[in-house]
Amino acid sequence: MESPPCLEVRRLGVMPYADALQLQQALVNDRRAGRVRDLLLLAQHPHVVTLGVSARQRLSNLRVSRSVLQAMGVEFFDAPRGGDITYHGPGQLVGYPILDLRPDRCDVHRYVRDLETVIMRTALAFGVHATREPGLTGVWVGHDKLAAIGVRLSRWVTSHGFALNVETELSYFDLIRPCGIEGRGVTSLSHLTGTRVSLGAVEEALLREFGAVFARAVTYGGRPT
Amino acid sequence: MTASKAGITSFLTPSGPKVNVSRAMATTVLMPQLGESITEGTIVRWHKEIGDRVAQDELLFEVSTDKVDAEIPSPAAGVLTEIRAVEGVTVLVDSVVALIGHASDVSTMASPPGVASPTADQVAHDEGDELSSGAAVPEDRCDPRQSLSPVVQKLVREHNIDPAIIQGTGTGGRVTKTDVLNAVRDADARSGQLEKMSVMRRRIAERMLESRRTSAHAHTVFDVDFSRIAALRAAMRTGYDDAGTKLSYLVFVARAAVEALREVPVVNAALDGDTIVYSSDVNLGIAVALDWGLIVPIIKRAQDRTMVELAQAVAELSDRARSKRLTPDDVAGGTFTITNPGGFGSILGMPIINQPQLAILCVGAVEQRAAVVDGEVLAQARAYLTLAFDHRVIDGAVADRFMSTLKRHLEEFDKGLL
Repeated sequence: MESPPCLEVRRLGVMPYADALQLQQALVNDRRAGRVRDLLLLAQHPHVVTLGVSARQRLSNLRVSRSVLQAMGVEFFDAPRGGDITYHGPGQLVGYPILDLRPDRCDVHRYVRDLETVIMRTALAFGVHATREPGLTGVWVGHDKLAAIGVRLSRWVTSHGFALNVETELSYFDLIRPCGIEGRGVTSLSHLTGTRVSLGAVEEALLREFGAVFARAVTYGGRPT
Repeated sequence: MTASKAGITSFLTPSGPKVNVSRAMATTVLMPQLGESITEGTIVRWHKEIGDRVAQDELLFEVSTDKVDAEIPSPAAGVLTEIRAVEGVTVLVDSVVALIGHASDVSTMASPPGVASPTADQVAHDEGDELSSGAAVPEDRCDPRQSLSPVVQKLVREHNIDPAIIQGTGTGGRVTKTDVLNAVRDADARSGQLEKMSVMRRRIAERMLESRRTSAHAHTVFDVDFSRIAALRAAMRTGYDDAGTKLSYLVFVARAAVEALREVPVVNAALDGDTIVYSSDVNLGIAVALDWGLIVPIIKRAQDRTMVELAQAVAELSDRARSKRLTPDDVAGGTFTITNPGGFGSILGMPIINQPQLAILCVGAVEQRAAVVDGEVLAQARAYLTLAFDHRVIDGAVADRFMSTLKRHLEEFDKGLL
């Protein structure tokens, strides 16, 4: 049997959102040109609210004014990804897979469902039974969202990805109506387990599940220079 | 399963939408199938406008489906001659979204001979500019307003005009050549300054209009005698200064408003659909003007706070607002708002309600004014206080009962509270 293709993991640490945008853009070009292998970037962002392409006409999912965000030190960005509004901040594990889905995974729904599977299996490793909600992309526990998903595809090369709340300060989600969905809350692994779940432990579990679901052999790269 | 999947997959060109050369002159661009179970897609952005040249495999448009935004390359080289599905439109897979004509058609669409083409020197100069401003390039790419055609980019550079201030009339508001030329002509005629509203400004505009559309705004104005408070303030002020805080008129109004809100609780309520939501706490919003906008931090459970604590909360929250140190908790859950334009010299304001609250109190400047007391004309410290209230829920009589109560608490301010 052939050995599975490689997935190189790059841990970016705490990186401003703007830098991550720029890095992804460059790596998508590199991936398309075959200069890099399939990548999974893992990061945390300082407080930031981002707006996906389906939210551009509906700023009403931002509950406070831009000046309030500014006063609180929360950055604001239009993000070239699918989906509505979301928040990133300390304690949240953000994953940006830069994968070429060709030739055998060229299906948008399959890709998004696969990301959900990875996160549900990761949560299970911490005793949390997370689920899908029909019509509401993301990973849920009861009525609360544990992880958000928003993806960009450039000729089947993926960017953007998922944001999993590990020990996120959940009050920051009060600033927005997450993903534009009314009547739903947000939650985190720490909140659900009642213990302090470390980002490192979650990363480890997530990489294991990501490799299994996407049939990739996970390798580790250094930080980008 | 493998058979049907293989069937669909083979329909896809490796890198983009299906191509269908329907006639010699044009290539149709179809909405691509991005997944087995996906039947439609929404056009979120065109990267080319009609008349633009496009290379094969060059980014042509973006499609959004589920939580995925996908870049779609052009299936052929040529000129974009027709866009059939504009931005925001959702169409079925395989629908024709655009037509691409042959490159040989370009001559009919290129600049008329009257428009000078750049000399070799200018081209070299322009390229130099682009190289030296390399850092700005990735940013531009992220901003949809910046997706200008080469012709428009050149014009914008030539006339040294900021494309962001031009109202685009092209697809999805994109700035066209005509728009630039019109803007240049208009600017020459006006010779004034143009400024595009910031996103923050537009957001404030949106919120204010939303409130105007939502609430049935009505206003009532009361003339309040502040002479007792002016005297109390003069007498007590130093004590507060020692406590490191300021005994402003606003603190007296806040204290009196808390009392009046407890007596007329509907003014402290909110409307959620057709349900009036009463709050057992008075969470008092204080509007704070900033250089870059407006913020309303909240004093939680104001009913439990002493005068000193209220004064400290007002000072602390406005200080943190101005130094950008507010937390989400500081601005959430307000039940009633006070705005104090008197500080800027306004004597009587007509404010807009802070949704989903039902009322906002506006404090005019406290000034020495002539008042008739017992048939005598006296100089008194007085101020006009306005209540803006939502007439869907609060009738005039109730609003005036609240204001009379507030007026009484101010004019007969309980010294024991100090």
